[in-house]
Amino acid sequence: MSSDENSLKHASGPYFGQFGGRWMPESLMAAMDELNDTFEKAKADPDFIAEIRELNANYSGRPSLLTEAKRFSELACGGVRVFLKREDLNHTGSHKINNVLGQALLAKRMGKTRIIAETGAGQHGVASATAAALMGLECVVYMGAEDTRRQALNVARMQLLGATVIPVTVGSQTLKDAINEALRDWVANVENTHYLLGTAAGGHPFPAMVRYFHEVIGEEAREQILAQTGRLPDAVTACIGGGSNAIGIFHGFLDDPEVELYGFEAGGDGVDTDRHAATITLGRPGVLHGAKSYLMQDEDGQTIESHSISAGLDYPGVGPEHAHLAEIGRVNYEPITDTEAMDAFKLLCRTEGILPAIESSHALAGTIKVAQRKLAAGADPAQTIIIANLSGRGDKDVGTAAAWFNLIDEQTAAKEQ
Amino acid sequence: MTRVSSAEKIAAARAAGRPALIGYLPAGFPDVPTSIEAAVALAENGVDIIEIGIPYSDPVMDGEVIQQATTAALAGGFKVNQVFEIVRGITERTDAAVMVMTYWNPVLRMGVDEFSRRFAEAGGAGLITPDLVPDEADEWLAASEKYDLERVFLIAPSSSPERVARTVEASSGFIYCVSLMGVTGARSEVSAAAQSVVDAAHAAGAQNACVGLGVSRREHVEQIGSYADGVIVGTALVAALRDGGVPAVGALAAELSGRA
Repeated sequence: MSSDENSLKHASGPYFGQFGGRWMPESLMAAMDELNDTFEKAKADPDFIAEIRELNANYSGRPSLLTEAKRFSELACGGVRVFLKREDLNHTGSHKINNVLGQALLAKRMGKTRIIAETGAGQHGVASATAAALMGLECVVYMGAEDTRRQALNVARMQLLGATVIPVTVGSQTLKDAINEALRDWVANVENTHYLLGTAAGGHPFPAMVRYFHEVIGEEAREQILAQTGRLPDAVTACIGGGSNAIGIFHGFLDDPEVELYGFEAGGDGVDTDRHAATITLGRPGVLHGAKSYLMQDEDGQTIESHSISAGLDYPGVGPEHAHLAEIGRVNYEPITDTEAMDAFKLLCRTEGILPAIESSHALAGTIKVAQRKLAAGADPAQTIIIANLSGRGDKDVGTAAAWFNLIDEQTAAKEQ
Repeated sequence: MTRVSSAEKIAAARAAGRPALIGYLPAGFPDVPTSIEAAVALAENGVDIIEIGIPYSDPVMDGEVIQQATTAALAGGFKVNQVFEIVRGITERTDAAVMVMTYWNPVLRMGVDEFSRRFAEAGGAGLITPDLVPDEADEWLAASEKYDLERVFLIAPSSSPERVARTVEASSGFIYCVSLMGVTGARSEVSAAAQSVVDAAHAAGAQNACVGLGVSRREHVEQIGSYADGVIVGTALVAALRDGGVPAVGALAAELSGRA
């Protein structure tokens, strides 16, 4: 274990190396200060911690399982042992519930009656609508108009849960524009409204706070792998859009230098094309949505529209803590193309009977690559262990996948969605 | 070419017994030459300080009208370095102080020092920075000192007294008092919060406190002018330019300044 001084797992912000901070309008500073104070007090309050534990155990269904994927290991990874951290089994179907329950509790502590959220794939929107329903808060979700078409079932799900979904028709009509609209709403309604940001990005305290609520993923995974195998894994993999599921599972292993950490970004059509969302691989430092981090931008500092088959990874920025972990070399970040992700999606369906989210399929594709490299380097597969964070389930992606694999024609897919 | 500061223009207006009038237009809307002509029309019709906005892909403090104009400018191929050509085009033809309003990432991308140097060379007076707070502005503080540029930060109705004090201390030229909690856009009435924001700025030692957001009519200018040192109009001018071209901008500026 590293000494406290060198510990990476509890980095508190506002800065992570040169990244992070609060690059945002003065109008929101008071709300950010209030949120920070409330969060710091809550973290030190045994009642709050007990409340979170109770919700995690009896509402979300935590701890989530750690499942050894034996057939996937055999058929795709040359026998390297692959364990899946089953965030797909959480209530609402992804890791997102961890963060929304925590932030919704904070909203109530601040006396706010309304939450707003952005969503890409719809997972965070559904989770936010769920938390709002559970806690009796009004909920408005901003979603890029293009994403409302790609994820129409999730729109209906949010509406069934009582949320109002506002399609965003400005800019590229995807996640980044949904965040812009949510910020505009927040500036105007900050008195009664909490902005429930869904990823480990944004101005301080969001990156550190969102990580805090997801740390349970890494803590559980660490205990579970020790219990099941008696040792730490050789590598941990996760997909990265903004990076909340990844920072959550990495947290459990950041201070174990022998554990390699891998974040897999959306490579879209390939990083040699201009259609991808490989922010760390190809981006440059900049400021967007409140934080300094890597950013897909042109030579004028204008944000470049990202592309991915996975709406949840289709974001041109990334959380500042990831930018720092990339810069210091603690985590390896690599792109995975749409094709690689969809191949891995199908493999997991066929070998394990688990339908992964397309987001999480990027982590699976990366896991296959890491396993192959280990084998090429002469590792004994039976003695090699990788944990992949299965951040969400793929029910929402059935239409996209069916169209990708030509199971139904596109018109039917559109209707199904 | 002489560089005129916003502080000088505000002092001159004060000496004449009126608030300074500050007019916003986006760079490159509808195209670069027209944005210069429109700014010149502002200056010729009583606007003291011209605020040129750099179109940006993620303008979180802007409402629909300005978003549409800046999106159109970007779609028309606007490049950030053209802002220097626009500033020069205005300062060569008017004696207005020319400020640039910009979200921070385009400046970071070019390099804060390089942007500041080229902007000063073009005759610019200073920058208005809606998503940069003094807490993150070390690089800009250094560059603005080096090139003698004014730093206009914003304060809002939600700003704590400590933040107002800190922001006033970091600002030069004037302090931008956001009149309401919201984004840019014309409103029929000026927010009641505006005066308390100005009072807080003055109490913290600001010499020049100017009010923006939601200001669109001559009566607003008069009302705000009774307690503030300057009045900032944006969306109404952008809508005039969109709907009636340069003549409409000139006519609205004349009305706002009380010349019409």
